[in-house]
Amino acid sequence: MPVSFSQLDNSYDVVVIGSGLGGLTTANRLAYCGHKVLILEHHHRLGGLSTWFKRRGHIFDISLHGFPYGMVKTCKKYWNKEIMQSIVQLPHIVFDNPQFSLRTTFDKIDFTKLLKTHFRISGEVIDKFFATVAKMNFYDDQTMTTRELFERFFPGRSDVHRLLMEPITYANGSTLDDPAITYGIVFSNFMNKGVFTFEGGTDKLIGMMTDELEKNGVTICARAKVDKVITEQGRVRGVSVHGKTITAKAVVSNSGITNTIQNLTDRDLYSDEFYEKAEKIRVNTSSCQVYLGIRQGEKIDDVGDLLFTSKSPEFDSEELLDMKTKSKTFSIYYPKTRPGSDQYTVVASMNSRYDDWAHLDEETYQMEKQSLIARSITDLEKYLPGVSTKIDWSEAATPRTFNSYTLHTRGTSFGTKFEGLDISRSISKEVAGLFHVGSVGIIMSGWLGAINYGVIVANDVDVFLKS
Amino acid sequence: MTSDEIKDLILEIIEDIDDEADFASLDADQPLRDQLDLDSMDFLDIVMELRKRHKLQIPEEDYPQLASLNSCATYLEPLLKDA
Repeated sequence: MPVSFSQLDNSYDVVVIGSGLGGLTTANRLAYCGHKVLILEHHHRLGGLSTWFKRRGHIFDISLHGFPYGMVKTCKKYWNKEIMQSIVQLPHIVFDNPQFSLRTTFDKIDFTKLLKTHFRISGEVIDKFFATVAKMNFYDDQTMTTRELFERFFPGRSDVHRLLMEPITYANGSTLDDPAITYGIVFSNFMNKGVFTFEGGTDKLIGMMTDELEKNGVTICARAKVDKVITEQGRVRGVSVHGKTITAKAVVSNSGITNTIQNLTDRDLYSDEFYEKAEKIRVNTSSCQVYLGIRQGEKIDDVGDLLFTSKSPEFDSEELLDMKTKSKTFSIYYPKTRPGSDQYTVVASMNSRYDDWAHLDEETYQMEKQSLIARSITDLEKYLPGVSTKIDWSEAATPRTFNSYTLHTRGTSFGTKFEGLDISRSISKEVAGLFHVGSVGIIMSGWLGAINYGVIVANDVDVFLKS
Repeated sequence: MTSDEIKDLILEIIEDIDDEADFASLDADQPLRDQLDLDSMDFLDIVMELRKRHKLQIPEEDYPQLASLNSCATYLEPLLKDA
């Protein structure tokens, strides 16, 4: 169990600020490398956006659906075999919109078949498209946008663009105007074998990770919000938390990269060139979610695990962000999510703009939340007729909610756009001993991206500590 | 360490990364990446493991030297001569 604040030592090799999957993984790897590591988390619960909450017997998962198959190897290598063995496929991915309705396993084989039979694309074009995206690397040319990539292979085919883009937009907030490489890397990861999830739920995963961290000697302290990274002559000296100074040779911030630069550190630590670049980082969009609990004893049919639904005539990144968007995904959590349980929950997810929600007065805010819930239930009725009578808990989260739990700038739920990656990678060149891990650059985002980035950053910190 | 011992060390590290790795038909002159289906994260693991086990700091610009089993041995032999 996490230790209380008063039990902490005065000094560690490394302090990790924040306990998202990136922060947890960096901590675990650094402990494996022999360092004395402390994790400080502001919330009472670990996991960052890999989180859950309980209401009236229901457990609602925020971001459990879903991740690419690469998580199997990643969890085995950087966590443990038990965690790896709980990863299972979400076999039924559903698309339903005015352009097409279909069910898929969301992998290369099934997508090739669908593109041929349903969308009448030639096998040669499909193969070339897959070969092109599979070859993409983050250091490749970034000038081509995803829109241009799609137009090159599927000109004028807004239906194909929608099939290819919509799920990725929900996965990482990217749009047709982001660099094609960010699309190619993430899409190829999913196409490898489909969409996967963690059997047992987010609570079980974070519990297993906590156990592993403690086994490896990492000290974990929750409800401990770091106020400032303390430096001395441009080098990290530690952190200030609850009025106490904890010294450390290195500090890894798993706070957002913009939070790290603007809130946790002083401006004069950075060169003008770096700071100006950092100021231009665009944080990604935020989210709204609606959580629906099905009354104990009631059942709902298996209509798929993840449903990408829309009533909008075509895919449109702006429409997806609208407060009253006609597009949403439904993650349906059947009892198989937590074997032994008989609970059903549904989580509707939408992408959203912080500014649309941030400035509403309290009354309007509550009203908008209620209307969001009502629209979600109405839309869900199409797939689960009569479901509204079975719901005994409904609740909405908005960009404000995301902001309040993660503290992320403008409530971003997908980190930053591409330019954030370079700043995150180079912050240690500005301030010796200061590192950043977290969702940046679109590609280092999502559960798999965050964990792998955690390993990359742990390597940097290990090099620093051993040099 | 001799050249052969270094190759054994590398294979041992790769086996830890992927216990299903098949070394039977491995060509020591060809890239490990293609033959054993290793990705860039796996190479990072090899570098971290060499640092952990032998305190070796391998700069990023030298990573390409670890491409094949033979190139690993050539690159690491002077660094591990006393190991």
